[in-house]
Amino acid sequence: MAEPIVRCLRDGRLDGEHSPALAVGGSLQCCQLAAGAMLHVAAALASQAAAGKAQARGLVVVVFDRSPEVYLEFMRRRGLDTNALNRCVRILDCYSDPLGWKQKIQNQQHRENSTKQFPANKDNITVFRNVKDVKKLMCSITEIGGGFEGEGKQYFSIAVDSISSMLRHASVPSISGLLSNLRSHEPVSSIFWLIHSDLHEPKVPRAFECLSTMVACVEPALVDPVCVESPGNLSVLEQNYSKAKFIVRLKRRNGRVKHFYEELYVEGTDVKFDSAPSVMTEVNQSLVPKVQFNLELSEKERTDRANVVLPFEHQGKGEPIRIYDGRRSLPEDQRDSNLAPALVDEIAPKSGTAKGEIHYVRDSDDEQPDSDEDPDDDLDI
Amino acid sequence: MEEYGGGDLLSEAMGSAARVVVVEDCVEAPGAFVLHLLLKRALASGGAAAFLALAQPFTHYDRILRKMGCNLSLHRRNERLHFFELQAFPAGARNGAIADSLVRLYSEIQRVAEATRTEENAGQFTVMVDDITLLEVAAHGSVDDVLDFLHYCVTLTSEMNCWLVILIHEDIYAGEENMGLLLHLRHIADLVVKAAPLSTGLAADVHGQLSVVNKGTFNKQRANGQKVWNFHFKVKENGADFFYPGSRH
Repeated sequence: MAEPIVRCLRDGRLDGEHSPALAVGGSLQCCQLAAGAMLHVAAALASQAAAGKAQARGLVVVVFDRSPEVYLEFMRRRGLDTNALNRCVRILDCYSDPLGWKQKIQNQQHRENSTKQFPANKDNITVFRNVKDVKKLMCSITEIGGGFEGEGKQYFSIAVDSISSMLRHASVPSISGLLSNLRSHEPVSSIFWLIHSDLHEPKVPRAFECLSTMVACVEPALVDPVCVESPGNLSVLEQNYSKAKFIVRLKRRNGRVKHFYEELYVEGTDVKFDSAPSVMTEVNQSLVPKVQFNLELSEKERTDRANVVLPFEHQGKGEPIRIYDGRRSLPEDQRDSNLAPALVDEIAPKSGTAKGEIHYVRDSDDEQPDSDEDPDDDLDI
Repeated sequence: MEEYGGGDLLSEAMGSAARVVVVEDCVEAPGAFVLHLLLKRALASGGAAAFLALAQPFTHYDRILRKMGCNLSLHRRNERLHFFELQAFPAGARNGAIADSLVRLYSEIQRVAEATRTEENAGQFTVMVDDITLLEVAAHGSVDDVLDFLHYCVTLTSEMNCWLVILIHEDIYAGEENMGLLLHLRHIADLVVKAAPLSTGLAADVHGQLSVVNKGTFNKQRANGQKVWNFHFKVKENGADFFYPGSRH
């Protein structure tokens, strides 16, 4: 289940290096599945941290697109109890009031100066109300990340859902600067983010891919060759909303890139991964039209076809090739000349090895070249 | 969570788990009838609604819903329907003050939603926008301001028992390179209802086809139900009929 990337994020950073970074990219057709992939990685990393198996003590989830409850519910369903969640998960809530509107409204309604930057938060959720201020966002993330308890060096991991929403409030340079700073920040063990490729110009997701050490693309399982928008292709659409391809590129330190491919699908309210590439065969089969006769070759037919000696002069075997032209019988044949040449070979196969032959009968030898005869002479016009 | 009333194909396709519904339409197949239907169902069985009307005045909707058996004037008097006449929105605001007007509008919506929630036997609360394209025009083309406003409306759906239904004209954005607001809305939506004409052209008995894509959410229990639906519709005076192709004589 996306093991390599979770392992990489769990192991965290090496001394003297920047922390590993994963970019999860999705598009509209499979945006739910891309969100599912983010939820899965976050839950897996949080579980590892809770069990003490990760470099990080905890995970800070910066949510823009979804309510914090979605993450907490998902993690609970994955087996993280309340104690583990309180210990190892902190959520920086940029979803509920990203621009401070609700606080402004509350102030106007109550007319009391009871404003605190972070009013009474639920256990592990901190509301952030100024998403246009990227510097302040960085401070909040590092402050919350430093609050995990535990022994040893103080490491924490970060999840951002999603960069696309951040880009509505701040520029590409400022956000890529934020991610770079976080990667180089000592206590950050690993970082991963979600970006919706189709909401931006192509160069924007690529810019963020350059910042990452791992890229996971969530792509539609089936590509409709005709038109995706057409409502007629329901089965393709239905499939694409239920499963997707999960393609991972891992950049190693020595410069080599490793590829992984899995199938990602939704089961109830959970998301699962499948390493078997069953999708590929399905696509191939769907390209063969369904008719009542057999368009494919069996194994025997394939070997027979490969064994056919073609009537070309230059087969490359160094043997002299004779083309049978119907006037002389082949040396091996001592047959009745009434029988068609092709039938002779079928009835009496030689030396046990099945050998196919093509017999070419030239039918143009009777005619003299450049004949004066008009071939249309016999027409009655 | 109660379903959107009616036992027809539309309510079956919409299910009950979706919170943010985007209705797309075009000139050849207007989707306003879906909004009328959903408004009628929202007000049924004790629910309440906030209707942001940028396209038409109250009298227009009153007339149409009356023929469908729903008395909007009565609901408005009983404060079950909170009608916002926004054809002149944002009245008197200068260019830079669009955001402030949207904040004020949002605060009104939040206020009525909270007021409804605290009542006894509070049913579902629905916020409807007819239509978001006109809100973008009112915001002088500022997609960011409109999306900020919509985001805050979406937060209402997770914090309160609230639905959000938005109408957008798909053909306006079809020619653009990045499809702007439309693509963002499709990303935000849990459910997309798209009204399109028949590929065979106009017909007397069938007015168009509806595609319903139920993306599903991760925070609701729902069976592995069908996610994509396609069926035909015919708009009538008192509602609409939904049926699969070829199932009507």
